[in-house]
This record gives sequence, structure tokens and C-alpha cells, in this order.
Amino acid sequence: MRLVAEDLACVRGGRSLFAGLGFAVHAGEALIVTGPNGAGKSSLLRLLAGLLPPAAGRIALEDGDPERSVGTAAHFVGHLDALKGALTVAENLGFARALLGAGGMEIEAALAALGLERLAEFSARMLSAGQRRRLALARLLISPRPLWLLDEPATALDADGQETLARLMAQHLSGGGLAVIATHAALKIERVVEIRLGVGGIA
Amino acid sequence: MIAALRAVLARDVTLAFRVGGGGGIGVVFFLAVVTIVPFAVGPDLPLIARIGPAVLWIGALLASLLGLDRIFAADHEDGSLDLLLITPIPLEAIAAAKGVAHWITTGLPLVVAAPLLGLLLGLEPQALAAATATLLVGTPALTFLGLIGAALGVAMPRGGLLVAVLILPLTIPILIFGVAATTAAVTDPLPFGTPFKLIAALSLASFVLGPIAAAAALRQLRD
Repeated sequence: MRLVAEDLACVRGGRSLFAGLGFAVHAGEALIVTGPNGAGKSSLLRLLAGLLPPAAGRIALEDGDPERSVGTAAHFVGHLDALKGALTVAENLGFARALLGAGGMEIEAALAALGLERLAEFSARMLSAGQRRRLALARLLISPRPLWLLDEPATALDADGQETLARLMAQHLSGGGLAVIATHAALKIERVVEIRLGVGGIA
Repeated sequence: MIAALRAVLARDVTLAFRVGGGGGIGVVFFLAVVTIVPFAVGPDLPLIARIGPAVLWIGALLASLLGLDRIFAADHEDGSLDLLLITPIPLEAIAAAKGVAHWITTGLPLVVAAPLLGLLLGLEPQALAAATATLLVGTPALTFLGLIGAALGVAMPRGGLLVAVLILPLTIPILIFGVAATTAAVTDPLPFGTPFKLIAALSLASFVLGPIAAAAALRQLRD
């Protein structure tokens, strides 16, 4: 499987963030997107997830199910954790599973993998920022999807959480998965391709 | 797909009950509108009974506009909308499921409260039954038309009043036929069936068109 982007352009609010951007990510590879604030890293991820229409260019997941759009083959963990404070931790994850499709880990196992097993019955409103992030990342495990789109996944995570994230990422990639990660922090991942977005184009 | 839609519906209903501010507030507002009418009109029971169906319908209409703006805005603010958009399920179906959940938590309580509030206005049993029946059939139309406004207001932080103002004109036909059917049930020469069927038709049409228009608006404003 291969994620291909050709000649991508993104315009937000009348301002061109980048143009003529192209790359290919192969199975087992992670693409790290770096660049200064406002360079368009988050926009690129939203573009890949199909949450924003590109101003120009083409995005495709080759050798996959042709009926499936890139977005529906992807997990998207953005700045917002997509959690409902009024639901418990387990209910939040259960809802994500019903929505994204089962087939991965059970809820308890996914929570345990992120170190949240003791919080399953707590309301998500009570979680700290790092725990919210861990819960958002637990979505990656409950429903198997080949492409992970992560926007600053290590934000608010402690050292243990970052290690867990690196381990889960390594497992995902060694299983033939793909990932596109926008980050400032150095992640301990092998087989990395990097693109650097500059303000107003590729640096 | 059905399981996912059921999950959306169940989540929205659960959230409405846990967070509060949905159906309960709507019914209290409905009660407030209905109780102030006798103060404004004066102690003229026959007059109040005659305008009773109209008062019930106006109260239910205004109450159903409350909380409309939160249908999509809450999901937009916490990022859940992104999650809903990367599923293989069409956005139209998700919007419809959210509309059904909104009707269960805000529309249905109004229908249940209507006969009790009708008693306050001194409506006859026949008018009570007719008003409740028309509200049962008509409130889904209010909710699904409201979906369009909710989607248009998604990116506005204080869109509540704007959504209500946008949607109110669209609901006028439902109000006209709702009151007409109820009045027809108590005054003999007019048929009840015709306006009642028209409300049912409006409800069915808005059930189809509302989610489609809402999904189109969400796609445009998603930025």
C-alpha cells in the first residue's frame, strides 16, 4: 500500500499555505511533517484525511480498496481530542469503535495499552490533558486502519506516554501500516521520511 | 452502518440526558409561554380556549428552536465532527441520526407535555387530542428544518439566536396547518384530515431534505 500526494496546494482564508507539494509514503514508513508554526502542517493532515478540500492536486491510497476514500482508511488524531466530557472513558472509546469499525483490540485492552485501565468508568471530563491525549490515541488500537494521521501526537504526554506512543507506532509500521505525523518533538521511529514545510511554500 | 448510526443516536440521547439543558428546559420554556398568555389576554376562559391550540403550537414552536444550534456546534468544538467525517457513513445519514436524537430529547417531551398544558388553557378533550396529535406529527418537521439552521450556524460561536431567526420563517407552513387541523377538530364543518395529512407530508419532506441540506452546509463550512 502506498499513500501518494501529487502537486498538492492548500489555501486557507485566501492565503496560500503551500503549493506543488508531492510525496509518497510506502507501507511501513512514517512521514514526519515539520515546519514553523503556521506553515500548514495541520492543514496538510486535514487535507489527507479529506476534512479539507485541496485547492489543487491529488491524494490517493494506492493498492488499497478502490472504493474506500483516504479518509475512511485513516485514523485522524488532531489537536482536539474528540472526547465527550459527559461520557465515561470506556463509553467514549466504545462510541469511536461503533463509528470507525471494530476488529482491533477490545476496549479494556486498548485502555490498558495506554495506561488508562483504572479510569474506564470515570467521566472523561475529569481527565488531565495528557490522559485525554492517551484516550484519543487509544482509538488507533480499537479499529484497524492502515493510515495514521497524527497531529502533534506527543502533546501533553509524559515520558512514559511518549515511549508508549513510539512503541505503538513501531508495531503499526512493522505490520505494514503507514503514518503521517506533524510534530516538533523528535519521535523515536525508524524508517522515516521527512518533509519540511516553510511559510509560503516548501523550504 | 446501521450500528454506527444507532451509536450516534444513542450517544446524542445519552449526552442530552446527562448534560441537561435539552428537553427539560424546552418543556419549562413551553410551560412559561403557555402560562403567560392568560395574563396577557385576561380572565376570558372561552377566548383562551378558542386560541388555545394556537398558543400550544406557538409555545411548542418556540421551545423547539431552543438548543437547535448545539446539534452540530458541540461536535464541531470538541473535534467529534472530524471523527464523524472519517467514517464511511454518508454525512446525510449521520445528520438524520442526530436529528432523530434531537427530536427524541426535545420534540417528544413537548408532545408529552402538550395535553397537560392544554388543560391549563381550558381546551376540550377533543381539542387536546387533536393538538397533541398534530404536535406529534409536526414537531419532527420543526427539528429536521432546524437541522439546516444548526449546520449553517456550526462555525458561529454565538449562533443560537441567528439559527432561530433563520429557521422561524421556514416553519410557518407547519404552524398554519397544525393550528388549522386542531381548530378543524373542534369546529364541525371543516375536515381534520386534510391539514393533518399536509403536516405529515411536510414532516416527511423535511426528514429527507433537512439532512441533505444540513450535510451540504456542513461540507461548505467545515473549514
